[in-house]
Amino acid sequence: MFSKKNKQQIRRLSSGGLIDRSKPIGFKFDGKPLMGYVGDTLASALLANNVKLVGRSFKYHRPRGIYTAGTEEPNALVALRTDARTEPNTRATNIELFDGLEAKSQNRWPNLFLDVMQINNLAGPLFTAGFYYKTFMGMPGWHFYEYFIRKAAGMGSTELERDPDTYDKKNAFCDILIIGGGPTGLSAALSAGRTGARVLIIDSSKLLGGQLIWELDQIDDKPALQWIESALKELNEMKNVTIARRTTAFGYYDSNVVNAIESVSDHLPTPEPHTVRQRLWQIRAQKVIIATGATERPLVFSNNDRPGIMLASAARRYANQFAVKPGNRAVIFANNDDGYKTAVNLAEKGIDVRAVVDSRTYVNEFWKTKLDELGVELILGSAVINTHGHFGLTGVDIASLSSDQKSTSSQSTFISADLLAISGGWSPNVHLYCHAGGRPQYEASIAAFVPGLRSQSEYPAGASNGAFSLIDCITEGTNCGIQLATELGFSKTIFSIPQTDEPSVTPIKALWRIPGKGKKFVDIQDDVTESDIKLAHQEGYISVEHLKRYTTLGMGTDQGKTSNMNGHAIMAEERGEAIETVGTTMFRPPYIPIAMGPLAGRDIGQSYSAKRKSAIHNWHHENGAIFIDAGQWLRPQYYLRNGEANTTQNMDLAITREVKGTRGNVGMVDVSTLGKIDIQGADSSEFLNRIYTNGWTKLAIGKARYGLMLREDGIVFDDGTTSRLSEHHYFMTTTTSNAASVLSHMEYCLQVHWPDLDVKISSITEQWAAMAIAGPKSRDVLQKTIDEEDLSDETLPFMGVKQISIDGIPALIFRISFSGELAYEVNVPADYGEYVWRRIMEKGTTDNIIPYGTEAMAIMRIEKGHVAGGELDGRTTPDDLGMNKLISSKKEFIGRRLLQRDGFLDPKRPKLVGLIPTDGKSRIRTGSILVKDPNASLPMPKLGHVSSGAYLSPTLKHPISLGLITGGSKRIGETVWATSPLHGEINEVKIVDPVFYDKQGERLNG
Amino acid sequence: MIRIKCPYCGLRDHSEFNYIGDATKLRPINPELANDDEWFDYIYIRDNPRGVHQEYWQHISGCRSYVKVLRDTVTHEVLKTGLPSDDLLFSYEAEK
Amino acid sequence: MSKYSVLSLIKNAFSDNKNWERAWRDPEPKKYYDIIIIGAGGHGLASAFYLAKNHGIKNIAVLEKGYLGGGNTGRNTTIVRSNYMLDENALFYEKSLKLWEQLSHELNFNVMFSQRGVLNLANSDSQMDAITRRGNTMRLNGIDAELLDRRQVEKMIPYLDFSDTARFQIKGGLLQRRGGTARHDAVAWGFARGADQLGVDIIQNCEVTGFKTKGNNIEIVETSRGPIGCGKVGFAVAGSTGHLASKLGMKLPIESHVLQAFVSEPLKPVIDHVVTFGAGHFYISQSDKGGLVFGGDIDMYNSYAQKGNLPLIEDVVTAGLAMIPGLSRLRIVRHWGGIMDMSMDGSPIIGKSPIDNLYLNCGWCYGGFKATPGSGWVFAHTIANDAPHELNAGLNFDRFRVGRSVDENGGGPIPNRH
Repeated sequence: MFSKKNKQQIRRLSSGGLIDRSKPIGFKFDGKPLMGYVGDTLASALLANNVKLVGRSFKYHRPRGIYTAGTEEPNALVALRTDARTEPNTRATNIELFDGLEAKSQNRWPNLFLDVMQINNLAGPLFTAGFYYKTFMGMPGWHFYEYFIRKAAGMGSTELERDPDTYDKKNAFCDILIIGGGPTGLSAALSAGRTGARVLIIDSSKLLGGQLIWELDQIDDKPALQWIESALKELNEMKNVTIARRTTAFGYYDSNVVNAIESVSDHLPTPEPHTVRQRLWQIRAQKVIIATGATERPLVFSNNDRPGIMLASAARRYANQFAVKPGNRAVIFANNDDGYKTAVNLAEKGIDVRAVVDSRTYVNEFWKTKLDELGVELILGSAVINTHGHFGLTGVDIASLSSDQKSTSSQSTFISADLLAISGGWSPNVHLYCHAGGRPQYEASIAAFVPGLRSQSEYPAGASNGAFSLIDCITEGTNCGIQLATELGFSKTIFSIPQTDEPSVTPIKALWRIPGKGKKFVDIQDDVTESDIKLAHQEGYISVEHLKRYTTLGMGTDQGKTSNMNGHAIMAEERGEAIETVGTTMFRPPYIPIAMGPLAGRDIGQSYSAKRKSAIHNWHHENGAIFIDAGQWLRPQYYLRNGEANTTQNMDLAITREVKGTRGNVGMVDVSTLGKIDIQGADSSEFLNRIYTNGWTKLAIGKARYGLMLREDGIVFDDGTTSRLSEHHYFMTTTTSNAASVLSHMEYCLQVHWPDLDVKISSITEQWAAMAIAGPKSRDVLQKTIDEEDLSDETLPFMGVKQISIDGIPALIFRISFSGELAYEVNVPADYGEYVWRRIMEKGTTDNIIPYGTEAMAIMRIEKGHVAGGELDGRTTPDDLGMNKLISSKKEFIGRRLLQRDGFLDPKRPKLVGLIPTDGKSRIRTGSILVKDPNASLPMPKLGHVSSGAYLSPTLKHPISLGLITGGSKRIGETVWATSPLHGEINEVKIVDPVFYDKQGERLNG
Repeated sequence: MIRIKCPYCGLRDHSEFNYIGDATKLRPINPELANDDEWFDYIYIRDNPRGVHQEYWQHISGCRSYVKVLRDTVTHEVLKTGLPSDDLLFSYEAEK
Repeated sequence: MSKYSVLSLIKNAFSDNKNWERAWRDPEPKKYYDIIIIGAGGHGLASAFYLAKNHGIKNIAVLEKGYLGGGNTGRNTTIVRSNYMLDENALFYEKSLKLWEQLSHELNFNVMFSQRGVLNLANSDSQMDAITRRGNTMRLNGIDAELLDRRQVEKMIPYLDFSDTARFQIKGGLLQRRGGTARHDAVAWGFARGADQLGVDIIQNCEVTGFKTKGNNIEIVETSRGPIGCGKVGFAVAGSTGHLASKLGMKLPIESHVLQAFVSEPLKPVIDHVVTFGAGHFYISQSDKGGLVFGGDIDMYNSYAQKGNLPLIEDVVTAGLAMIPGLSRLRIVRHWGGIMDMSMDGSPIIGKSPIDNLYLNCGWCYGGFKATPGSGWVFAHTIANDAPHELNAGLNFDRFRVGRSVDENGGGPIPNRH
């Protein structure tokens, strides 16, 4: 992509490292073309190119450089990639360099070097913790000030473009899950794998080995890399062991389920064809070994944030793994042995290590000798108290520390340096242990929190368990693998623990802050300083949670990985209490920030929710249906004819046409979406008696009945018709929307309440296609279609049921009506649905049969005063809906007992009525509110609302509506006002009977 | 993910189930004789324990059975599962 | 106690911020209080504040088992609105919203109440009908509401999925411009500082372990810091209500459930309103720090753990991407859970209890945060007068028994449906 001409990587060491010098890669940072190598991270490549300034801090916009070499990076956050693939806030330390990579720095304007918001830095004392809580309280209100303040907040930016990449999900099962492929994890995988246990080992990197990859340790007198290689070789050969690379466990949830994100293509410019960007793993394990290592902490001293200051382990990782000089002149500052390792590694690579500053007064001879040999000055009992430089470190001030570490000598020494490598000790990565439910405990000997009691089957081992030496990691890993495999019933095998070449350890001496003036950053991303913590304490925000929330400590993208321990310890010092008393904030998932894409996987766009189509869908589609969502179902709303555009006007025409066609001749609607439940067994009648409000024992075979179901609290739940096919066999229908909940309710009743009833039920919604054919000519059309049977009133009266056949296809035919017309519901096996529909349409051509959709169906049911979703809103009683006649007084049924409560008998309850605009033409919108006086003052007394509105009844030639109003039918004849303030509409309406059309039901007979 | 052992299907993810609720609430066996308090208690009142809870889950994406589950509401640990007729709390305590 | 202002900030900046006073005292519990509020979350602290301020009661304690504001006050998605349909809820939440509008000024503590507008999307015709009814009712109750059609929504919030590939098209939305967000912790801290200044003792790390009763009265509240005598007691402990009530042998129409919430990495302003989805349960806004704050359903099972599971997270994020596809590459930095006191009709219970001198404030379901000042206002009134305020009269404990549930979504007596 860019010129392969080797641009100067002036900080690249001439040899060493796990980079491939034969494969140079071009990339851009802030538009500037640079070169790196395969094997680099963006951070290592930037350092190789001597790019020190990579970002600006959150609050003070201070210049910041690369601070770590791993997941914990708080500073080097960049906008990776471009356009729709832009990934804001991406840690440069975690990005595998790829050809053509483009990254931009963030949180600066106009550019990194000329950032105008650094004015905030000068006003530092003002912008202290709690600043915003103490001002901007007056007019014109926070939302006004916020407009300006918000712009300054945030870090990266997004245009919220549609993601061109795809994501996937994967399920995994194993006996033992090992999280982390460092020395601990590899040892555990070896020992557990050898027993035959099913082992899954996951690691966030491309290279397994963890810290061993970049340490210069020897195992059995050979470089550690060789040990890793042979371990991997053995593991690869084991069929029971699976290795997942670039896979980061981000959360430990209940029942030992661990979730991870696999970065399938993040190391590529774009994913390969038909390959996802990332994959979500759901891992179900019997035992989980947490071998996630530890994270180094910085030290807290004045101006500890300048570019050029980084963690000691990071400095040597850049040198060892990436062959990058993190600086030319280095000073190391530590309170533990880690700094020595860095000093020696750097010095051996030819970097000028000026001094090791150790706050302790003692270190063992091994390191002393090493430093002596390398000519590195050792300054014990001292600390870095200040640093110099702006866009990059130029030097440090060093002073000796008092024995209580609370003061420093007045004299200080300046040492010129462009790299300050710091180590405040290591914190075990207890995150996953805590997600599992564990509470960490403070371990003073390593000045860190370590796992305590186990709450699930999680087994922290190695550095994540507070065992920092290589030999301890290998030993704990090996033993843990064996132990867990044995517990799971796998047999022990012989193993041995290899030898390492580590020097003895001089214990860490906790040093939480170094005296001095100037900003001492604790949370370097959110610019939380030591003085902010002191202020929080002074003002009473002393709980670690208050501290976090008041100062924003640990609330950045790194979630306090490098800052929380120091911050909490400083609060403990301020409070004069032990660290274990003060405690730590909760470790919450995800361990690393995770993109939302893989959590949704493939369930995006049209696949967000299943799309249910009836068996007749294709016909509707071919015949001009405009579909409407009914839950997951697609239903024809109305049918446009050839050439009609989908306009409101044409919709009205279509609906009118469908109603008139049906009431005038014959129409047909697809009702396959209704829930259908098959009920069989000797106690079926008794069962129906208990779940419906009306009686069922006397229903004759071959007859259907309308039924009403209540919830236990007496509220109307569902309605539908149920037919008796034989002595012990019923066919139930439910509303479309309640199909699933009615089935579950019935299953609950049968399995929990009345297991003694001999009843079996099964959902047959999908097995049957159903069509309602309605209108005065419906019988004629149907008679022509069916094979032999006679459909006269005598053989199939109203509410009759008959088994017939159509072209040899068995069909169930119910003479029931929602429209109020002579009507039949024809049910056929779903596979024949479309065929039968087509046959009926064909046969009906001469009778002008018309298909109708949900709109025409709704108008016709409103004309007949039938209730539907608008009225069955989960708040209405049978009495509210005029259905008291369906309440049997002769039997017990679900919901009966609570019908008699005061609130249900309250005369003020709104009850079902019909509504007609007094002007005969104004549309009364669904959702309008019924009031007595539309000019009454607010809050206005309300009488009820319009539950179902039809813009026009084509039959009656004026708009009609159903509504619920206080007083109900007692008010028939009165006029009230229907108001929709949202639309500025106020219309006078007359209250009428809810049955607008054919009150005597004569049309049911054709 | 909570893993629940369905008596018919074995150990399954809780996402295969619908949570129903407190399994200790028994519908009055003789609805006619039960008084208002019993009905009110059955429909509206919950023990809502902080700790061991006997509850129903329906294996909605499996065999559709109502599974009785004894679960700790603090740790989410599933202690025991069984059929609606089982008294899990009793057998759990007995086994302890 | 000094007043917070720009001047005080400048003055203190010059003195190196060494003179800021404690925001609240850390008193030892007294032997007796006229009123003990249990739970120093937003509701408990607001109740104490208004008891002292509106009713002139001096001898009040708020007991907190952990740190103040550490429960649901500090772990919600900070949405404030009053877009309810049923009068019992609507008038109460509107009172609360009016209090929010003055709250920073009243408390001399900036709670960052940002009236950026709350938009509820409708993704089907029936949802349009439902929001029409709700919006109309709001307007007649004197609450601001506007109905937007698809085009108006697109103009206001173009990054929603208006493409043909959306599974459920956006039909429109109900906008309450006065709704918005607030800084959740600041609400607890502001009320704590305000109550403290009025003499209320806020006693943290003081867990209630039991009660001593005489007749039908609580005489002594037993705590981890010793017994404390009381005249009246108010519960304001949200998800812990059932647990606390069990110490009195009292059972309630409440289940505790875990509700998860999420925050993304900080971003420059991009989502300027509170938006909720119609075709799934999802709500989102952007904090002043830049994080996208969002949430969805409860985890559905009874829980006292402040953590949930991944299936629900997948559901929430899937709904989020259905609403805003551009979230896909943005990253979640943290998720957590709070314990919701889910009532049997989805509406709160604020009022007298079966025990004479005990008052209940619970059942907040998803809606507790926005209720904070209103809840404190009416709960204080109820406790001080031993009778409910007109705004919480319908939100009483007895409504379930007598068939007067306040069921905003018609879900029935099943807590996880609300």
